[in-house]
Amino acid sequence: MKHTNRRSLRTGLLNGPYLLWSAIFIVVPLFMIAYYAFTDSSGAFTWENIRMLTLYKETFAISLWYSLLATVITFIISFPFAYFMSRRSASAQRMMTLLIMLPMWMNLLIRTYSWMNILERNGIINNILGLIGLEPLKMIGTGGAVVLGMVYNYIPYMIIPIYTILVKMDPALLEAAEDLGASFLVKLRRIILPLSLPGILSGIIMVFVPSISTFYISQKLGGGKIMLIGDVIDRQIQTAYNYNLGASLSLVLMVFILLSMALLNRAGKDDNEDEGVMLI
Amino acid sequence: MLKEQNIIELRDICVSFDGEQVLNNLNLSIRNGEFVTLLGRSGCGKTTTLRIIAGFLEPDAGDILFDSNRMNGVPPYERPVNTIFQRYALFPHYNVYDNIAFGPRVRKVPEKEIKQQVTEMLKFVNLQGFEKRSVNLLSGGQQQRVAIARALINRPQVLLLDEPLAALDLKLRKDMQNELRNLQRQLGITFIYVTHDQEEALSMSDTVVVMNEGRVEQIGTPLEIYNEPINAFVADFIGEANILDGTMNNDYRVNFSGHDFQCLDKGFKPGEEVDIVVRPEDVDIVPPEEGMLIGEVTSVTFRGVLFEIIVDIGGFKWMIQTTDYHETGHRVGLSVLPDAIHVMRKSKYSGLYGDFSSYSDEIDQLSELTEDE
Amino acid sequence: MKATERILNILIFTFLYAPLLVMVVFSFNASKSTAVLSGFSFYWYKELFASSDTITALQNTLILAVASATIATVLGLIAAVGIFRMRSKPLRNTVMTITDIPMMNPDIVTGVSLMLLFVFIGRLLGLANSLSFITLLIAHITFNLPYAILNILPKLRQTDRNLSYAAMDLGCTPVKAFFKVTMPAIRPGVLAAWLMGFTLSLDDFVISYYTNGASFQTLPLKIFAMTKKTVKPDMYALSSLIFITILVLLILVNILQSKSQKDNNRTLKKE
Repeated sequence: MKHTNRRSLRTGLLNGPYLLWSAIFIVVPLFMIAYYAFTDSSGAFTWENIRMLTLYKETFAISLWYSLLATVITFIISFPFAYFMSRRSASAQRMMTLLIMLPMWMNLLIRTYSWMNILERNGIINNILGLIGLEPLKMIGTGGAVVLGMVYNYIPYMIIPIYTILVKMDPALLEAAEDLGASFLVKLRRIILPLSLPGILSGIIMVFVPSISTFYISQKLGGGKIMLIGDVIDRQIQTAYNYNLGASLSLVLMVFILLSMALLNRAGKDDNEDEGVMLI
Repeated sequence: MLKEQNIIELRDICVSFDGEQVLNNLNLSIRNGEFVTLLGRSGCGKTTTLRIIAGFLEPDAGDILFDSNRMNGVPPYERPVNTIFQRYALFPHYNVYDNIAFGPRVRKVPEKEIKQQVTEMLKFVNLQGFEKRSVNLLSGGQQQRVAIARALINRPQVLLLDEPLAALDLKLRKDMQNELRNLQRQLGITFIYVTHDQEEALSMSDTVVVMNEGRVEQIGTPLEIYNEPINAFVADFIGEANILDGTMNNDYRVNFSGHDFQCLDKGFKPGEEVDIVVRPEDVDIVPPEEGMLIGEVTSVTFRGVLFEIIVDIGGFKWMIQTTDYHETGHRVGLSVLPDAIHVMRKSKYSGLYGDFSSYSDEIDQLSELTEDE
Repeated sequence: MKATERILNILIFTFLYAPLLVMVVFSFNASKSTAVLSGFSFYWYKELFASSDTITALQNTLILAVASATIATVLGLIAAVGIFRMRSKPLRNTVMTITDIPMMNPDIVTGVSLMLLFVFIGRLLGLANSLSFITLLIAHITFNLPYAILNILPKLRQTDRNLSYAAMDLGCTPVKAFFKVTMPAIRPGVLAAWLMGFTLSLDDFVISYYTNGASFQTLPLKIFAMTKKTVKPDMYALSSLIFITILVLLILVNILQSKSQKDNNRTLKKE
């Protein structure tokens, strides 16, 4: 008995610091968001910040549209790339993983700014077009440039998890499928896609979440004309000092993301049980 | 300390995990210098018992005594026992020398003495020249020897061995069984050995402790356990057994399968219901007219040295091991002599074991493979 | 199939490396344009090292990254051992869910939530400036912690529990057994935890942006401030230097990894 007590005391001592830390700096801050969202600057309760959200319907819609678009494009490019990559020799795979990850070690701000230099009115592409006598294109300030920024910055987060799953897949499964008469498309639909679903899901989450909440990409590549939720939150907090509205916007963003992640994970689990939902 | 004296005693030990009773009022005395084997299926509590002796686990109730001193609450690092773990638990980041030197180093023995002791141990387990070798590059048998050396260098009074041969292949296992047995004789210290392999238990031990569901079913020498099992569980678990319902007529007279037999057992009430054990190798097959029992051969399996013959007698399938071949469908007689019969009192295991109608070798083997505590 | 694969590879790698190429090329530009090349020069590199601002920001970033990674690794190690020993499953699940929150939440929400907490506490204490180096450090430790725990916990699970029992059996106290036997076994996880924390902290802009005080500027914050106006090639020079440093480090890590992998394979073959 005494021993058991000593053991649980020791476990408690080990867990204490982290539990305390995560309570104060993870859990309480979430409540702070809710607190600020439902109070005014004097600290009195109000629905005002929530009511104000209707003003940002379009911003939410555009953010959702661009980030979904970016996620889908990223997936379409990444999946075949990851598949081919997983079939190569071990050393080629290691090399390619390194090459995929390398740009991510560069700060996102710089990478994005560099794209601005490439795409802007007097930028590199337009300079080249000018040299061969073509009209300059307007790229900065379009939705396309913002989506390109998202795809560019987050594509490694899609490639790597899918590749990690595909490379672990037993090649005998595909041989078995072929043996049973499956064509390439059937193999893809029936074997490769269902088995790589966990990687696809985490890739989708890891591209979608930072895309929908970004503000830097839209600032630089949107040319100040395209406002996403992130920009609105950032402006309320850093420029307008309206913490309460900033908090209510953050609250909605957070709830939306947590809910869609829960849904995605649910879908992923269902799919394992009955193969009803197909991704394609 | 004298031989024959109890070195370890467990009294009324109870342990439960998450509300599940793992040891149930376990009582066990272990004499000094013995090779004791705790034998049982996975989940019977044998490893738990070993962990209680080592001090990795404290019982919920009951006392543990070393040399008549209560050891409850004494941490493992202060107990005069050492352990050979399942899969050995050699420290992967140390080489052979450093693994063996671990114990003395913790006890702050001077490095010079350690060197001498390790060299001695390496010689003892026949691993001279392996000092600098990484333990990850050793074969199973060599790892086993390093584990032994690592434990014995601390001169424990008791060596605990937790299924140490389970990871080895059959041939090596047989060799190591002999090696361990000789080692114990040579050292004269107490070995407490845990295994689920009944052959291993019978061939190595002075004393076998058969455990089931957190209790001791029977303690005895291998011969006692085999020849005089206390109940149907032990009879079935150790070796093959035909276990039948019978009735004691009076001392030395028992009735089963509708026939009266002479036996060597006494001390039962006249008319008492009993369980009868007859080992397959103790039955003789004779021509039907000479048999005490008559039945039909339903299957014959060649096992190399002998045939395993299943004979149906009044619906009960007997297993008989014999060197003579008998064809399926033949009528044969069985002769069961008094010393082939062992009478046991009825227990909660009565009627659960002993008929070979659904006998399958593979199932037995599978259940042993999945064994892992 | 082969052709598709080749084209796809070329497209993706061109896409991934075009901005980096632009960055490196224009860092050597003779003029201050980041769009028109007008000659080769080291001017911007000299300029870079002449500016004490940049050097301070670089120092600050490194101090913050080392401090937050170290504290998060130590805290995370203790927490991982604690979580590993937890017997109650519901409690363990709750703790793991809370641990996941900073990784699932978008950075901007994490940043804003921490800032609101600091501002709230600052107001309670009547501070003029509630954000400082300390709040920045707390924020970095907080987002590093989950990664530390998730790197160390699996290593603990993979480690044969009998190893620490064996150490105790041979005379070690539980604490000593942990340091002599468990720690070497989980060392790769602890190292990975630190490295990951270090790089995450080095690279973080969004959370720092909301939680830092005016007195302490890190490199990403400085870059952000610089990109608000037109950028001169000195920032590209700085980025190129960082890039080269990381490239060299990564290659080294890769070599080490493939070496340890070979060792592992050898061990596996033996078994």
